[in-house]
This record gives sequence, C-alpha cells and structure tokens, in this order.
Amino acid sequence: MPYDYQEFPYVTPPPLRGMTEGRKPAVIVGAGPIGLALAVDLALRGVPSVVLDDNNVVSVGSRAICWAKRSLEILDRLGVAERMVAKGVTWKIGRTRHRDEEVFRFDLLPEGGHKMPAFINLQQYYVEQYLVERCRDFPDLIDLRFRNRVTAVERFDDHAVATVETPEGSYRIEADWLLACDGAGSPIRRMMGLDFAGELFEERFLIADIVMKADFPSERWFWFEPTFHPGQSALLHKQPDDIYRIDLQLGWDADPEEEKKPEKVIPRIEKVVEGRPFTLDWVSVYTFQCRRLERFAHGRVVFVGDSAHVVSPFGARGGNGGLQDVDNIGWKLAAVLKGEAGAALIESYDAERRHGADENILNSTRATKFMTPAPGIERTFRDAVLALAAHAPFARGMVNSGRLSLPCAYPPSPFLGPDESALPAGTAPGRPCPDAPVGNGWLLARLGGGFTLLGLDCDPPEIEGAASLRLDAEGWLRRRYLGEAASAVYLIRPDQHIAARWLAPTAEDCAAALAVAKGL
Amino acid sequence: MAALVTAPNLPDHDGFYAELLAAHKGLTEAESAAMNARLVLILANHVGDREALREALALARKAGG
Ligand SMILES: Cc1cc2nc3c(=O)[nH]c(=O)nc-3n(C[C@H](O)[C@H](O)[C@H](O)COP(=O)(O)OP(=O)(O)OC[C@H]3O[C@@H](n4cnc5c(N)ncnc54)[C@H](O)[C@@H]3O)c2cc1C
Repeated sequence: MPYDYQEFPYVTPPPLRGMTEGRKPAVIVGAGPIGLALAVDLALRGVPSVVLDDNNVVSVGSRAICWAKRSLEILDRLGVAERMVAKGVTWKIGRTRHRDEEVFRFDLLPEGGHKMPAFINLQQYYVEQYLVERCRDFPDLIDLRFRNRVTAVERFDDHAVATVETPEGSYRIEADWLLACDGAGSPIRRMMGLDFAGELFEERFLIADIVMKADFPSERWFWFEPTFHPGQSALLHKQPDDIYRIDLQLGWDADPEEEKKPEKVIPRIEKVVEGRPFTLDWVSVYTFQCRRLERFAHGRVVFVGDSAHVVSPFGARGGNGGLQDVDNIGWKLAAVLKGEAGAALIESYDAERRHGADENILNSTRATKFMTPAPGIERTFRDAVLALAAHAPFARGMVNSGRLSLPCAYPPSPFLGPDESALPAGTAPGRPCPDAPVGNGWLLARLGGGFTLLGLDCDPPEIEGAASLRLDAEGWLRRRYLGEAASAVYLIRPDQHIAARWLAPTAEDCAAALAVAKGL
Repeated sequence: MAALVTAPNLPDHDGFYAELLAAHKGLTEAESAAMNARLVLILANHVGDREALREALALARKAGG
C-alpha cells in the first residue's frame, strides 16, 4: 500500500503581505527530518523559528528506513517516537550470508532495560509527516513555510540574511542564527563556497522498495555473492505496509538510467524474493560518498545534518547522525539566544559533532570498502575474510556489512568533566545517558529538558540552573550508573549526555561543572 | 621496534620454509595470493597484539625497498 503524499499548503509569507518582519532568532533552511526535528527541539525550549523549504511534500521515495535507539530516544524527547515505534517494524537481529551460508549473526540489543528498541524500520516520509504534525503543535513558535526557496545568504558579525523565492515573488529574512539543514546537495554550502571533501565510492547500488505479502521475519539480511546475484552484495529489510527494501550492488559500469527500468529491475528482484508476487513502489540507483565540511559553524550560519556530512547508507548513519546534531545544537542555541551561555558553546557543537561525523564516516567507509572492495588486494583480503568466516570464529566478526549506528561518545574537552573513575565506563562524561527503568517509567523521561543533577541513592546538591533529581538506584539503574559505588551524583546536559560525575560533590563542584558545560 | 620479535624465534626454520612452499604447491599465482591473504589474517589473529602487527606491517613494507 504505497504512501499517500499530501501537499502542504503554501501560505503567503508576511513580507509579501505587506508586513515588515523583525529579525528572527532562528531561521531553519530545509524541512527534512533534521530541520523539522530542530524546529521542534527549539520550540520545546521556547525558541521560535521559521522553517523554509523549497518543496511542499515529505521526502519522495523512501530514503532512510533504519532509525537507531539513540535517535528514537531523541525523537521521544521531541514527542514523536512512540508513534514511530507503533508504526515501524522493530528488529534487532542481523544475518549475513556468504554465497548461501550464514557466516555472521548479530543481536543489536542483547541487554534489557531500555524503553526504545535497538532499531526500527520506518520510511522517511512517515518520520517527516509525524514531525510536520508535531510542528503544528507549536503554532506560535514554529512558522513552516513551504515553497520558500533560499537563493542567497549574506553573513554579518551578529546575524545573517537569506533571500527567499516563493511562487509570489521574493523577500529577505534576517536571522540571529541561520541553520542550514538543506541536505546533502546543500545550496547554502555552495553559495558560501565551502569545500565538501571526502571520498566517492566507484560503485552503484540499485535501491528498490517493493510491495509484497511475505512472512519474512523482522531481521536484516545481507548477502555477499548470493547465487541469486552472483559476485555482488544484496540487502533485504522489512518496512511497514508490506514494503520491503532491497539493495543490490550493480558494479561501477552499470548504466543508472538503464538499471532503473522496470524490465531490468523486476527480473533481478524476482530472483531475490524467489518468485513471490510483488509490485515496485520506488526504484533508484545510487553512488555513495563519505564527505564532510571542515567546520560546521561559520559565524551565524551553522550546518546541521546532511548539509554538514554525508555517509554511505550501510550502517544507517546519515539521518541517525543528523539527529544527534540536532540534539547537540538545540539546547546550545537556545542557551546562547537566552543569554545563558556564551557563543563559545556553538564552538562545542562544531567540535563534538565533527567528532561524531568522523566516527560515522570512518565506520561507513570501512563497511563500504568491505562490501565493494577495489579489484586487486582489497578484493583478495575481503574474499579471504569471507572464506575464513565459515571455518574460524575470529573471521566472522571481521565480516563487515555495516556497523550500525551507535550513539557518539564525545571525547574529553574543555566542556566536559570532571570524571570519577570508580564509576562504570558506560556513563563517563561525554557519553549519552543509557536508559533504565525507574518506577513505572524510564530514566530518560525523568530528565526534563534542562540540566539535571542526578543523585543516585543520595541527595544531589541544589544549584541554580540545574534541576535536582534523587532516585533510588535499583536494577539496571544501579548497574549502569553506580557499579560497585554506594552512591553518586551525575550532571546531565539537556541533550542527555553526561557532563560530569562524582561520588560526593559539593554544591561548588557542581556549579563549576555546570559553568564549564555551558561554556562560561 | 619493541613488540615485534625479529630475533630468530622459529624452531627448525628450514623445515617451516619447506612446509610453507609445500602448502602452496599446485596453486596458481592468484590462488597463492588468496592463500597468503588468509594466512596473514589467521596469523594476525593469533598474534593478537596490534603494536606487534603494526611493526610487522612496517617492516614488511620497508624490506620491500
Ligand atoms: C537510499 C538511502 C537510504 C538511506 N537510509 C538511511 C537509513 O536507513 N537511516 C538513516 O539514518 N539515514 C539513511 N539515509 C540518509 C538520510 O536520508 C539523510 O541523512 C537525511 O535525509 C538527512 O536529512 P536532512 O534533513 O539533513 O536533509 P534532507 O532530507 O535532504 O532535507 C533537506 C531539505 O532541504 C530542502 N532544501 C534544499 N535546498 C533548499 C533551499 N535552497 N531552500 C529551501 N529548502 C531547501 C529540501 O527540499 C529538503 O526538504 C539514507 C539515504 C539514502 C539516499
């Protein structure tokens, strides 16, 4: 049952109705998943934004499908994850086959005690639809402007100005901060002449969504050199609405236009699904790249999501990485706009998310090289790993069909610390808080939108600018946050990353760490 | 060089050398290259010491001139 694309209405923007607009705190360019999520995050912090998008429908063709646990936790904070999980296909098992033998199997969520599943599959258009609907919950704070294309950007010390084209003419809009969420082809990046350095993989993949009734389990299936597609790789994923995603490696010499034709595609797919009846929903041929901007923050213009970095999709790190950008910039921008933090905090977005992007690029590049080795020695070693996997356990772990998106732990920086090494490694400063059951609910839901001083089996100090929360440490909460320690205090940032932790801090210790985390 | 053993360490090295050649016997050049790749991976896992492996890679590359 293919998706029913609803057009979002174009509304004449105020300047074209003869009204003068003042400078906006935040103008977001691009209503993809990243721009929309950022608008919601800012609205939850009371920051108004204008979202400009050149289009008026959600993402056409299903691009992203795999949403990772950390993304779901972020989207839960934004208020759409429960809807996504209800609609999506939950999965955690991945199977990798070579020829037709299973050589590797992974379980992404081997431990309990998390509200959100390891992964769900849900078409990007649903995610965007849910986010647009969520934006509509904030009519006074989020101004969505469809068919508003940014054609020029001027930069100043303390603001930026965008020229916007609409079906009724053009206008200019001033912003304290301009958030470029305009996607992988980012026109703003080009307007600013910024280099988008990285690597293009000389390989083509056919990506198809098909509608098919089948009883395949909710698992990720990856094949190296299957008999149905000799010498190449293939991937199968289940989505809601009886839709399956199939990726087939085609080789660099394949002609993308030719390969998209149904008479070419259908016989290829028939072999994958072993003759089950299906219809094509959407087909595209891609080449993949890993690239990023040298810097994400350029004065008052900040790049977020695919405009700042792109990765090949094996590993599901594109949209998932972008959502971690949103998580990181949202509270920082709000704090700077409210005068609660210095502009240095935006530098910490730049540093932390460049680190995140590098991690994603590293993992995607390695996986892509393994899946599509260059002829010669790359191919020789890849085949050596696959051949050994059937015989020796050590080689199974080396079979790389994509290391799936994991939340980024930020490295030590002037914005983090102090640490207490007696506490578990999984909750060190820089790491995202692992969830845990608390009473009838969940830890992450108890953290609110600001800074939290969390006391586990102790009263946390009371300080200005952070909410104090005391919890009894039982079960997963104890295991994840205390380990052998009797009690501890954690300073948790608004993005649910840990800023600092102690066994028994004074109020002054906590206030000092809070100032550090805010870049003061 | 610290982690990697470069002093003689292999009992009956002439015997090992002969076994190595024998293991490749009858293989084409491509099959031998594939066999060597598998062997490298097996031995690397056995060594298990990333520093020693790094030094081994450097030495192998350097000795190739
Ligand atoms: C085949 C494929 C599979 C993928 N699978 C996954 C996956 O499983 N998991 C995952 O996490 N990621 C996946 N990704 C990546 C994911 O789709 C992207 O990372 C995600 O769409 C990035 O969101 P974004 O909002 O940054 O950019 P986009 O979604 O590209 O949105 C940018 C928006 O900006 C608008 N825009 C552009 N220029 C202008 C302008 N001048 N003025 C106004 N508006 C403008 C565009 O119309 C668009 O709406 C996949 C990608 C592909 C191609």
